[in-house]
Amino acid sequence: MAVRVQREDFDSGAELERFSAGKTRIGGICLFVGLVRDYMGHDPAAGAEVRAMTLEHYPGMTERQLEAIEAEARSRWPLEDTLIIHRYGMLEPGERIVLVAASSAHRDAAFEACRFLMDWLKTKAPFWKVEHTSEGDAWVDAKESDDAAAARWKR
Amino acid sequence: MKVLYFAWLRAKTGIGEEEIALPSEVVTIAQLVELLKGRSPGHAAAFAEMAVVRVAVNQDYVGLDSPVTTGDEVAFFPPVTGG
Repeated sequence: MAVRVQREDFDSGAELERFSAGKTRIGGICLFVGLVRDYMGHDPAAGAEVRAMTLEHYPGMTERQLEAIEAEARSRWPLEDTLIIHRYGMLEPGERIVLVAASSAHRDAAFEACRFLMDWLKTKAPFWKVEHTSEGDAWVDAKESDDAAAARWKR
Repeated sequence: MKVLYFAWLRAKTGIGEEEIALPSEVVTIAQLVELLKGRSPGHAAAFAEMAVVRVAVNQDYVGLDSPVTTGDEVAFFPPVTGG
């Protein structure tokens, strides 16, 4: 169980190796990596070109929220381990933003928990993106689809 | 009281953090927002549409009717867009 909020990049392969090293009780790991897209909005043909984005966060509250999200996942599924890495600062298209991983004895818990961690992170962790585009800088708006995705896990 | 602003709320107020002397009659977030609106046109603009402002007290999400006291750290920010 770990949460890391950092400016520097991470190595997804090395993280995966470390996450499973020496563990013989886990039957599966689900690992998600989020990347910076090079266009605004949903349509690559219509959106302005994104040259870079800057991620800002609320130090202290970010870690606190991510730890709460992780604890919630572990209360809902029989997980062996979880990992959340989230970057901040200026990132260019193709760069890694976030990594979420969950391991369990069986795949269903790993798949579901990984999705849950991302859905909740998207709506609860205090990060904000400003896109530096061919048409100027623009704060990214929160998406209703993200709220709907998080709402699926409401109890 | 420490008040923090993030993302476009920081851009609109022009500050990331400020110390506020809390008057005794201000006991809720909603009342604090009214007080802050009077600090500058930028503050008024930042708080013009509260539906798109989220609030945390001591790093936990709260509603507008939540209580505030002098020692609190209060943060205002837009809906989050990480991940």
